[in-house]
Amino acid sequence: MSTDWKSFQPLLIPKIPNLHKIDVYEKNGGYKTLKDILTSKDHTPESVTNTVKAANLRGRGGAGFNAGLKWSFMPKPDGGPRYIAANGDESEPGTFKDRQIFEYNPHQFIEGSIIAGYAMDITAVYVYIRGEYRSWINMFQKAVDDAYAKGYLGKNICNSGFDLDMYVHSGAGAYICGEESSLMESLEGKRGYPRVKPPFPAQKGLWGRPTTINNIETLANVPLIMKNGSEWYTSIGAKTHPGPVLYGISGHVNKPGVYEYPTGMLISDLINEVCGGMRGGKKVKAVIPGGSSTPPLRGDQLDGVRMDADSLREAGSMMGTAGMVIMDEDTDMVDVLWRISHFYHHESCGQCTPCRDGTGFLEKTLIKIKNGEGETRDLDLLLDLCTQIEGRTICALADAAAWPVRYTITRFREDFEKRVKKSAFALA
Amino acid sequence: MSNEQQYTFSKEELAEIEKIKAKYPDKKPPVMPVLWMAQEKFGHVEPEVQRLVAETLDLPEAHVYGVATFYTQYYKEKMGKYVLDVCTCLSCQICGGYDILHYLEEKLGIKAGETTEDGKFSIQSVECLGACGYAPMMQITNDVYCNHLTKEKVDTILDDLKKDKLPEFEQIPFPQHQNESSKS
Repeated sequence: MSTDWKSFQPLLIPKIPNLHKIDVYEKNGGYKTLKDILTSKDHTPESVTNTVKAANLRGRGGAGFNAGLKWSFMPKPDGGPRYIAANGDESEPGTFKDRQIFEYNPHQFIEGSIIAGYAMDITAVYVYIRGEYRSWINMFQKAVDDAYAKGYLGKNICNSGFDLDMYVHSGAGAYICGEESSLMESLEGKRGYPRVKPPFPAQKGLWGRPTTINNIETLANVPLIMKNGSEWYTSIGAKTHPGPVLYGISGHVNKPGVYEYPTGMLISDLINEVCGGMRGGKKVKAVIPGGSSTPPLRGDQLDGVRMDADSLREAGSMMGTAGMVIMDEDTDMVDVLWRISHFYHHESCGQCTPCRDGTGFLEKTLIKIKNGEGETRDLDLLLDLCTQIEGRTICALADAAAWPVRYTITRFREDFEKRVKKSAFALA
Repeated sequence: MSNEQQYTFSKEELAEIEKIKAKYPDKKPPVMPVLWMAQEKFGHVEPEVQRLVAETLDLPEAHVYGVATFYTQYYKEKMGKYVLDVCTCLSCQICGGYDILHYLEEKLGIKAGETTEDGKFSIQSVECLGACGYAPMMQITNDVYCNHLTKEKVDTILDDLKKDKLPEFEQIPFPQHQNESSKS
């Protein structure tokens, strides 16, 4: 269903001055949904999970998995502690959306977390925020303190007998900690090494107990769904990937920034209408739709491509975090790809050989090409390396490093051909 | 320089550490927050400071070392008073991040990864800081973000820092809130 995006009013970051203050949030109906759920007999943990599942709220952290379905993987309560780890690590290049929630509407996220906590019988929510976001960690801590003071967190929330704690945990600079099992390792006070799955977090997560990891924006959607129902929610945006979404748009557009619109927006509308077109009236050369790991699309192949999982899959990419990087015709894709590869090489945790050595090999080869010392066969070597890397490691960082290499070379081969020497003895 | 500095936590800080411990069901998790506290106080987490953290939390020094060296924001050696972390990743790269980095290097006479002789400034070229729409940008000593950098803006920031004046937090308005108010 195509909602008219021009009349869309933001729901995750609504236009209400000072909404980050708890009094203002309450005055605008905040925490009312939570109270209804906790105190009315119409709601049970199962009914909440089912409503979120029916709303097809797809995770906003990158993988796009149905959040309600994820919640339903949690085993039956056994009286022991159970956790939510809320993922605010937000380190994928091109992504800067969750911090808007901490800054402008933290209580909607807190309310969503408490509702999720009720649905899964959670003991404590650990909110993991990247260490670089010091300013936003402080802002968010204040919001948590206020929620405790008003009785929305802690013991006997809204006199319902339900207890839930929320703790803020600061990262310290490691992209890998956005990977859910690495995030748990980091929360447990260790080096952020991803874990082998299974066991999955729902079976054995934080401190060996059942745990669900959700993205910040995902949880901020929960109060909307519980207030307005799953049918209302699925009527927003793309049919198979519904809801509002924060598009973080950067690069060569006139008005970069984070914008909230329904899913399924045409990429061309986002560039031309929302962001006021390209800087200097230039042509679009490439669009990375959802953070640096998602394959770039060519500017001349954007017709009709929409920002939702299905449309982007058809176009040969992914929704990722909806952190879009727009590049104009003057952009050198060799330089861009080298910088992306440098990032993944730097951030590889080093556990798996294909990733630890592979990302270094990718970067080294790209430096060679960038410096004009590469040969045609190096391009094929890079593609072959990607095949050697993909799917052979504990976590998806290696895939995230390989995909941009594979698709930048295949889709922008002319940029690379220009920079390399013909191999001396090319195959006939 | 061999004047061994004695690193200790005050009574108040130890009380704060007890509060941190209460947030977690296990002994290890306070490592990261306590390393942060230590870095805030001492300006770095050199091995001596790591030892203090290990002793305070009753953990093996090797564990604390392992954690401190995994995360880039912990300074494993002394840094300048102001560490200028210039983002050069993807969106910043294509919007002039390297120009800002090179301008800073030229102005301060040091390269990324180095510290000025007076110990006032260090420069680092860092990975994505999550301010992609406000590129180019930098972060000062793990704290405030400086967005939409130009050479002029860098000049002002450096002049202020020389007088120990840190830039203030810049709130970047949510564009959809702005557009509508300008229409009406």
